[in-house]
Amino acid sequence: MALLEVKDLKVRVEEREILHGLTLTVNEGEVHAIMGPNGSGKSTLSHVIAGKPGYEVTDGQILFKGEDLLEMSPDERAAKGVFLAFQYPVEIPGVATMNFLRTALNAQRKARGEDEYSTPDFLKKVREVSKSLNIPQDMLKRGVNVGFSGGEKKRNEVLQMALFEPSLCILDEMDSGLDIDALRIAADGVNALRSPGRAMVVITHYQRLLNYIVPDVVHVMSKGRVVKSGAKDLALELEASGYAQFEDA
Amino acid sequence: MNVAVAKTGKGRAVSDLFASAEGRLPGAPDVIAVRREAFETYERLGLPHRRIEEWKYTDLRALVGEMLPLAAAPDADALKRAAEVVKAHAIAGARKLVLVDGVFAADLSDVKALASEVSLKTLREVLADEANPAAGDLLQTASTDAVISLNAAMATDGVVVSVADGTHLSAPVQLIHIATAAGASAFTRSHLRIGKGARATIVETFVAAGKASGYQVNDAVILWIGDNADIAHIRLMDDAPDAVNISSQFVTVGAAVKLNFFNMTTGAAVSRLQGFITLAGEGSELSANGVNLLQKTEHGDTTLVVDHAVPNCVSRETFRAVIDDRAHSVFQGRIIVRPDAQKTDGKMMTRALLLSDEAEADNKPELEIFADDVSCGHGATAGALDDSLLFYLKARGLPEKQAQALLIQAFVGEAIEQIADDGLREHVIGIAERWLERRS
Ligand SMILES: Nc1ncnc2c1ncn2[C@@H]1O[C@H](COP(=O)(O)OP(=O)(O)O)[C@@H](O)[C@H]1O
Ligand SMILES: [Mg+2]
Repeated sequence: MALLEVKDLKVRVEEREILHGLTLTVNEGEVHAIMGPNGSGKSTLSHVIAGKPGYEVTDGQILFKGEDLLEMSPDERAAKGVFLAFQYPVEIPGVATMNFLRTALNAQRKARGEDEYSTPDFLKKVREVSKSLNIPQDMLKRGVNVGFSGGEKKRNEVLQMALFEPSLCILDEMDSGLDIDALRIAADGVNALRSPGRAMVVITHYQRLLNYIVPDVVHVMSKGRVVKSGAKDLALELEASGYAQFEDA
Repeated sequence: MNVAVAKTGKGRAVSDLFASAEGRLPGAPDVIAVRREAFETYERLGLPHRRIEEWKYTDLRALVGEMLPLAAAPDADALKRAAEVVKAHAIAGARKLVLVDGVFAADLSDVKALASEVSLKTLREVLADEANPAAGDLLQTASTDAVISLNAAMATDGVVVSVADGTHLSAPVQLIHIATAAGASAFTRSHLRIGKGARATIVETFVAAGKASGYQVNDAVILWIGDNADIAHIRLMDDAPDAVNISSQFVTVGAAVKLNFFNMTTGAAVSRLQGFITLAGEGSELSANGVNLLQKTEHGDTTLVVDHAVPNCVSRETFRAVIDDRAHSVFQGRIIVRPDAQKTDGKMMTRALLLSDEAEADNKPELEIFADDVSCGHGATAGALDDSLLFYLKARGLPEKQAQALLIQAFVGEAIEQIADDGLREHVIGIAERWLERRS
């Protein structure tokens, strides 16, 4: 079943069109990779799906489980199961990570009409997940992402993904700034979350990440459009021949 | 001198205020003479207004207009309503001293428990003691601005507490001011004397009972801290939204003292805390922190004057204002470094968070430095909530208001975190949270 349907999406930022009619369908259980050079609009797409303000959708639509995503506020989208692991997670001084995680998780549950987690259940869950991601407990006492290394910030995004159990995970350049060990830990965390009911969209401009998170489908983005889609071998082809062939598309 | 301005809008002369209250004001003839003189000073000056530099941003003539008549002494019903407020606002484990509409309420206070550790009297009994030639001194302060003079003239009651040298109080002392009246005023004055090497936590809470509205509070505290003492002093101005609260604090700090001062304003249509802190002994450390949480059309003013009178003291001031709707926050911070006060280290930092386009923040830092070997400075910022942080929180499922609340709490947290005691800090956070819930 189609989880995410992006249809002929046109998006402007500050009067300039960045996405020029982008179409993409992601089914439940699938892992899609979106590859493309810097500036092709990958982050813009992820932000529009998550509901970041400042983007004007001039045409097209985005359906999530058949519902109009563009009509929902960002927090409603999160509660419905949309999760974006940011390329650049922000630092939030003064908001302890643990408090943030609990507040966010309970806000999502409340929006879905579910009971709040009890403290022991919540703590147990955080401990399990953070352990598997090699996140030390004292990191959770600090402000959200404050003083975290690049790798720690990305692992904190994966930690949230694991806690919130979204049905659509979008990972924007998860590999940027990670050394190979950190990348492996984060990728293992992501792979552990693969499941028949959940889809993932892995955004990257290097093929390297796709050795660790192996996609079912690969899309090539250039200048605000998906210009080619194929199986996972497409990523290897791109690695060999580069994006230049799409630049005049 | 413009005496005519001191007339009220209704044509009633301010002197009626004093004349009608005189029968309720405690004091032997000497004391009454001091009161009279103070009232004359007030009459001559009238309410402070914007052309008086210290009151530039808080023009009481424009904001308040007239001083209301003295509240009646609380009756049984008022005391009953006050008792409920005490229950809701008492800090767990603290020893309470309760003043209702400006009158000490012994039955609501922990007089016995306190008597074992401190000397406690009411202002009323000290002023009324004809055998005490120095009673009138309790109405004198270094500053004689109009509101302080009015307080000296009109103070009906307060507490006079003395902590002996070396005493470590086993529990915080909480002074709770409760208003139960509508359209009336309460004038209180308290003296706290902390002996050398003593340790104490003092909390002042200002709150309203149900049905109290449009009342005015004018409070003064004279705090004297002996050498080597370690003091936490916390003030919580959580008045009714249509109240007026003008509080003055005179603090004299001895040598090698640690003083942690904190004020939070979360209510009142018009409020001003003016604190005058003199570092009079060497090697003392002052941490003075404040939070203003204002909404609707509230006006909140925190004015701190820190006077480094001697060398080798450190002062740190952290002030945070969160201003919503059409509210107006004022912070005036003055650091004075006297010619002798070498090696003074005095800094203040003010940050204002504006939650609406019509919110207003005024910040007036002043450094008056007369010594040359000092390190002093101030900084200030003002701005809105960071959109990228808000979006991150919303993308994680927090609705707009909850996302804002989390960021606001983080913003004021920097000042609240200076409160060392866990229980007290939680109490303060609880008040901030209730303010957040009141936001429309
Ligand atoms: N907030 C913005 N303001 C102006 N231009 C933007 C903004 N965000 C993105 N762009 C522009 O949109 C294009 C696509 O950017 P982006 O989506 O970040 O690409 P990618 O993630 O593929 O590197 C770039 O040309 C970039 O400069
Ligand atoms: Mg990008």
